[in-house]
Amino acid sequence: MSIFSPVGNWFKAPTGTERLWVGLALTWCLIMSVTMPYWHFKGKQNSTGESYKVEASAFLDRANQFIESNKVGEEKGVPIVEPSPGGDAYLVGEMWRWYPILKLKKGQTYRLHISSPDLQHGFSLLPMNMNFHILPGYDHVLTITPTSTGDFEIICNEFCGIGHHMMTGKIIVE
Amino acid sequence: MNATQAIAKFRTCKTTGLRVFRNAEFFTKVNAVLAVVFLLVGAIAAIGLALTRWTAVHLLGSVYYYRMLTLHGVNMLVFWIIFMEMGILYFACTTLLNSRLFSKMLGWISLALMGIGALMTNYIILAGQADVLLTSYVPLKAHPMFYLGIILFAVGALIVCFNFFATLYIAKRDETYEGSMPLVTFGAMAAAIIAVLALAHGAAALIPTFMWSMGWIGPVDPGLYRLLWWGLGHMSQQINVCAMVSVWYFMGTMTTGAKPLNETVCRGAFLLYILFINLASAHHLLVDPGVGPGWKIWNTSYAMYLAVLASMIHGYTVPASLEVAQRRKGFTKGIFGWFSKLPWKDPGFSAVMLSIIIFGFMGGITGVTLGTEQINIIAHNTLRIPGHFHATVVGGTSLAFMGLAYYLVPLIFQKEFYLKGLARIQPYVFGGGIVVMSLGMSFAGSYGVPRRHWDVDFSGSILSAGFDPIAHVMLGLVGIGGIIAFLGLLLFIGLTVATVFFGRSNEGRPMESWQDEHSTRMKDELIEKGYEEEGKDYEHIKTPGTLTVVIIFLLTFAVYYFANWKALADLWFVR
Amino acid sequence: MEEERKPPLGQRILDNMWLLLALGLAVPTISYTLWGIIELISMGDATLP
Repeated sequence: MSIFSPVGNWFKAPTGTERLWVGLALTWCLIMSVTMPYWHFKGKQNSTGESYKVEASAFLDRANQFIESNKVGEEKGVPIVEPSPGGDAYLVGEMWRWYPILKLKKGQTYRLHISSPDLQHGFSLLPMNMNFHILPGYDHVLTITPTSTGDFEIICNEFCGIGHHMMTGKIIVE
Repeated sequence: MNATQAIAKFRTCKTTGLRVFRNAEFFTKVNAVLAVVFLLVGAIAAIGLALTRWTAVHLLGSVYYYRMLTLHGVNMLVFWIIFMEMGILYFACTTLLNSRLFSKMLGWISLALMGIGALMTNYIILAGQADVLLTSYVPLKAHPMFYLGIILFAVGALIVCFNFFATLYIAKRDETYEGSMPLVTFGAMAAAIIAVLALAHGAAALIPTFMWSMGWIGPVDPGLYRLLWWGLGHMSQQINVCAMVSVWYFMGTMTTGAKPLNETVCRGAFLLYILFINLASAHHLLVDPGVGPGWKIWNTSYAMYLAVLASMIHGYTVPASLEVAQRRKGFTKGIFGWFSKLPWKDPGFSAVMLSIIIFGFMGGITGVTLGTEQINIIAHNTLRIPGHFHATVVGGTSLAFMGLAYYLVPLIFQKEFYLKGLARIQPYVFGGGIVVMSLGMSFAGSYGVPRRHWDVDFSGSILSAGFDPIAHVMLGLVGIGGIIAFLGLLLFIGLTVATVFFGRSNEGRPMESWQDEHSTRMKDELIEKGYEEEGKDYEHIKTPGTLTVVIIFLLTFAVYYFANWKALADLWFVR
Repeated sequence: MEEERKPPLGQRILDNMWLLLALGLAVPTISYTLWGIIELISMGDATLP
């Protein structure tokens, strides 16, 4: 009984159906254990967490410099910026906007630096539903390759104050 | 000799024959009552949230939405559940070990700290000075009283854990029981070990944050805060898992006379929890900067999924023990004859059975899948996450605790329920509502709908964004499921509060059984026999029904798991 | 009949709550917390190329 004390030697290996199930469950656990490292080396989507310490002001300065030198247009007052293929791109998440709008090329690889000067934010790219966490003081670098074209929305999915729901941004892929 | 000493230190339970120690009984009662009080606060906040996320209703304004979200998270995930667990610890270390409580004084101190802490935090949230949600991620800042309240509560709970371990120690020293401690107490001990670690992490995260909010020290690093806070936030869910599994075993015995098939396997599974389940705190940091892939993959796998193995073992041994008990009673027809003859009208049983099914099939499968390092990219901070944990913590733990209450109230409070017909349907109403709500959240989340978000139409934003109409239908399900679950929850609170304060006393006689005379007699016979035959196992009795169910479970798990890998493979490339 | 029958080692480990407490605190603290803190501390400075 689960509510009474077992006495004497009760230590023994499982038998029968119980043994079978423990074996099956263990096998499944081992399959799952192998899948993650396998995907890390062979898969195309990984969250390696590449990141560096950064001062908010330094990041903002660099992002603004990036916007000035690569600006190709404007939408509703938000600059549209086209980084050079294979190069670095900067995205700022702050209360309550993602800026600039990035214009990327399909099949090209970019090093996308994302950080925040104020609170924690959640980078969420729609409609694909790709999500990464953004922390102030951390330069989070995503080595990203768009594989589809069109306009993509960025929303914030970490609570960042009362205007959280207004925090949006955009990536255009050609 | 004064009057208090003259009063007997324990009473003998007329239903189970176990000794109930007066001082521990008092703390079990007070903790359970406080748990239900905070459950009510959390429930009132919950209905506001469900009706706001239902986009067609969108009940609350943004300020109140986030305030109620903070209130809901803190009361449900911290106060309701930990008060209840402290009540379980007091019970498991005294009555089941036939021992007195180590220290009544410590009991009082911890109760005062926990009570004051819970009141402080609730007050400051309602006063509108702590709209930071449960996680209070720095540099988002709340009034210092918010952190202080949780710190006091955590310290109080740590003292209960100390009292628990000290009681285990004196029980063994004084040889109040023979052999090993009962399985339910062993599971409670696993919960207490995890609680110590969780509360220590909570202190490490919140004490510096409290000092920062007072202006005594500089800013707290947000990455470090997340690492330590999730040591509290996720580990406290593992306290729930251990406490819930203990309740499964306890209620299995109480409602059907079931006995663990093999003590080694059950305890070994708890050992795997003790060693490895807490690594899963990493699930929250899988798409974070700062921590690398090695740390992420190893910790998110709970050390090669050994803690998942533990849950899969419990998910077999509990139903298998029920099947064996039923077959010993003569319900041997076919593979599932025993299943249909289970006491489905006993709310103590039905709540626990629903808890096992919801926790396993919905909470467990989604949790392991979403907690896979790479798959987390398509799940982090979406509604898939609350969809998962409402199936584990609410459909699993809270529902199991409700089932426990249907026996706790008659046995410990010694009061009989009124309106038993309503009590019999309550677990189905609540469980059903949670299933609908959790499915709605999970499907909406798979479209990318964020959690913790007031307006998924993004009104007022410069660059527009929005979701597929199907996602809005799913959010409607969240609202509808939420309403059903809310009604089930009110029913539970109403019935238990009315019974505890105004119920018919059953002092001096056994509790009235929830089951008919025949099944009560068969169950009692098994419990008596189990007592005599302790040490023997029943593995020779085949469990084809349970095996069929767990194989179906494994296939469901594999399909869901690989379907998510497929969805991930369609995304942009990212490293 | 005086000989004291010791339960098997596995059973004695499962009965030893202090050992379990120590292991239960040590394993996650090392694997999750300490390793995590080392990861955070060893993060380099951004060059912002």
